[in-house]
Amino acid sequence: MQTHVNKMAGARSVSKPEQKVSSVKIKNALTIMLFIAPAFIVYAVYVLYPIFSTFQYSLHQWDGMSEMTFVGLQNYIQLFNDSVFWTSLTNNAWVVIVSVFVQIPLGLLMALMLFAPIKGIRFMSSVYFFPFLMSTVAIGLLWVLMYDPINGIINQLVTLVGFENVSWLSQAETAMFAVLLVVVWQFAPFYMILFKAAIVGIPEELYEAAKMDGANAMTKFIHITLPMLMPTIVSSSILAIVGSLKAFDIFYIMTGGGPNHGTELMGTYMFKQAFINFNMGYASAIAFLMFFIALIVTVIIQILDFYRKKKGAYS
Amino acid sequence: MTATLKRVPLYVLAVVLLVFTGFPFLYMLSTALKNQSEFFEAPFSFFTSFNLENFTTVFQMGLSRYFFNSILITVLAVGIVMFIASLASYPLSRMKFKFNRVLFLIFISGMMLPIHATLIPIFKLTENIGLYDTLWALLGPYIAFSLPISIFILTQFMQEIPKSLEEAAKMDGCTHFGVFWRVILPMLTPALMTVLIYNFIHLWNEFIFALVLISSPESMTLPLGLQDFRGEFSVNIPGLMAALTLASLPILMIYLFSQEKVVKGLAGGAVKE
Repeated sequence: MQTHVNKMAGARSVSKPEQKVSSVKIKNALTIMLFIAPAFIVYAVYVLYPIFSTFQYSLHQWDGMSEMTFVGLQNYIQLFNDSVFWTSLTNNAWVVIVSVFVQIPLGLLMALMLFAPIKGIRFMSSVYFFPFLMSTVAIGLLWVLMYDPINGIINQLVTLVGFENVSWLSQAETAMFAVLLVVVWQFAPFYMILFKAAIVGIPEELYEAAKMDGANAMTKFIHITLPMLMPTIVSSSILAIVGSLKAFDIFYIMTGGGPNHGTELMGTYMFKQAFINFNMGYASAIAFLMFFIALIVTVIIQILDFYRKKKGAYS
Repeated sequence: MTATLKRVPLYVLAVVLLVFTGFPFLYMLSTALKNQSEFFEAPFSFFTSFNLENFTTVFQMGLSRYFFNSILITVLAVGIVMFIASLASYPLSRMKFKFNRVLFLIFISGMMLPIHATLIPIFKLTENIGLYDTLWALLGPYIAFSLPISIFILTQFMQEIPKSLEEAAKMDGCTHFGVFWRVILPMLTPALMTVLIYNFIHLWNEFIFALVLISSPESMTLPLGLQDFRGEFSVNIPGLMAALTLASLPILMIYLFSQEKVVKGLAGGAVKE
C-alpha cells in the first residue's frame, strides 16, 4: 500500500496535471459505462425503443405482416369516436376507484386486525396474506369456477338464502362487480403488509400520552394512527392508481372483457385489436394512450406529492 | 369478563376476514381431492374424499413441463437481473457523473409503465430474431421489466453504505470492479434477497408476455399452461382444481417457510425502512 501511494504521488509530480485529469476522466467514464451498459442495453431494447415504436405504429394502418400505410392521426380520431374505447376507459376508472376506496381501507382494516389482542391472530395473519401469493391466472380460474351458475359454490350459498341463481360473469349488471370483488380479494393483503409496516413504526409514546389524556380507541385512531399513516396511504394510492391503469390478467381470464364489452378495459381492448383482429396500428394507438395516461397520472401525483411535502416542511 | 365480551366483535371480524381470504383455498383443495362423480354428487361437501389421482393426472398431462419451463426461465431471469441491476446501481448510487440523475429516472420510471405500450414492438422483435414461440422469447422482457424495481431497491440500499470502506479498498489498489465485487456486493445480501423474492414471485406469475410470445404447449410457462388446461378440463373441474393447487403450491410453501422474508421482499419496493 505504501509503495502504491508513493507511486501515485510520484506520477502526479512528473506528468502535466491537465493530461492526468483528462485521462482519469476518460477512464472513469469508461468504467461507469461498463457498469451500466448491460442493464441499459436490455432496458433500451425491450422498454425504451418499443415505446417509440408503438407511437410510430400508431400513426399507421397495419395488419402486422404486410406493408404499413401512413394515416397520420386517423387512429386517434377513430379511437375518440369509438364507444368501446370510452367504455373501457370508464371501466378502468372503476378499477381505480375500487382500488383506492375499497381495497386500501380494507387493507388498513386487515392491518389493524393484526394488532388486535385476540388468540390465533398469528395464524390468521398468515392466511390473510395468501391471496396475494397466488398467480392471477390461478385466481381467475378458481373464481370462475366459484361463480359458475350451475356448479359454483357462490350460487349454492345464494340459493341457500333464498335467491335465484345468478349468472355472475355473463350478464352485464353483475360481471364488473364480480370481477372487482376478486381484484379486492387479491390485492387487499398487499396493502395490509404496507400498513402493517407503517403501524409498527408509530412511536408507542404517542399512544401512552393520549391514554393519559383519557382518549378512547376511536380518538386515538383518528388523531394518531390515521395522520401517522398518511404517507403510506398516499404511496398506496399511487400504487393502486398506477396498477389499476395496467389491469389486464384477471379481466382477460374471467370475462375476456365481456359480456358485450361490459368489463372491457384499455388493456383487454388493446390485446383484442392487436392479437385477435390484427389491427396493429389501432392497437398501438390504444397502447400509446395507456402510456400517455400513466405518464400524466404519474406527473400529477409527483407534483401533488411535492406540494404536500413542502407544506409538511413548514407546518 | 367484560374485557372478553368487548373482544367479541374483534373475533367476529377476524373470522370474517379469515373466511373471506382463506375459504377459496379450502374450496380449491377440497375439490381437487374429489373425483368427478363425487364432485357432481356433492359439489359442496368439504373434505369428504381424499383422492390423489387428479394430481398425478394433471402432472402427466403436461403440468410437469410447465413447471420445468417456469422454474428455468424464472431462475435464469432473476439471476441475470440480480447481477446486472447491482452493476448498474453501483455508479448510479455512488459515483458523480453527468446524466446520473436522468439515467436513474429513466430506469425507475419503468415501474409505472403499462406493459401494453411495449407489447407489439416486442412481439415483432421476437419474431424477427426467431425466438417466437420458444421459452427464450421471455428472457429479454422478463429481465427488462424487472430492472426498474431492482435498481430502485438496490440504489436505495447502496446509498447507505459508508464511503470510507470503498476508499480504503481503493487505497489498497482495488479497481472499481474490485471494489464492487469485494466490498459492495457482499454487503448487499439483504437488498439482493428482496430483489430475489420480489422478482421471483412476479415472474413466476407473469402472464401477458407469455400469452403474446408463446403458443405451443411445450414452451408454455405455468400461468399460460393453466389457462390452456381450462379448455381440456372444461368438464373435469376437480382436475383443474388440482392443477391450480399444484401451481400455487411452490410460492405458498416458500411463504410458509420464510414468512418474514417474503413479506418484506414483496413490500420491498414500497416500504422504506
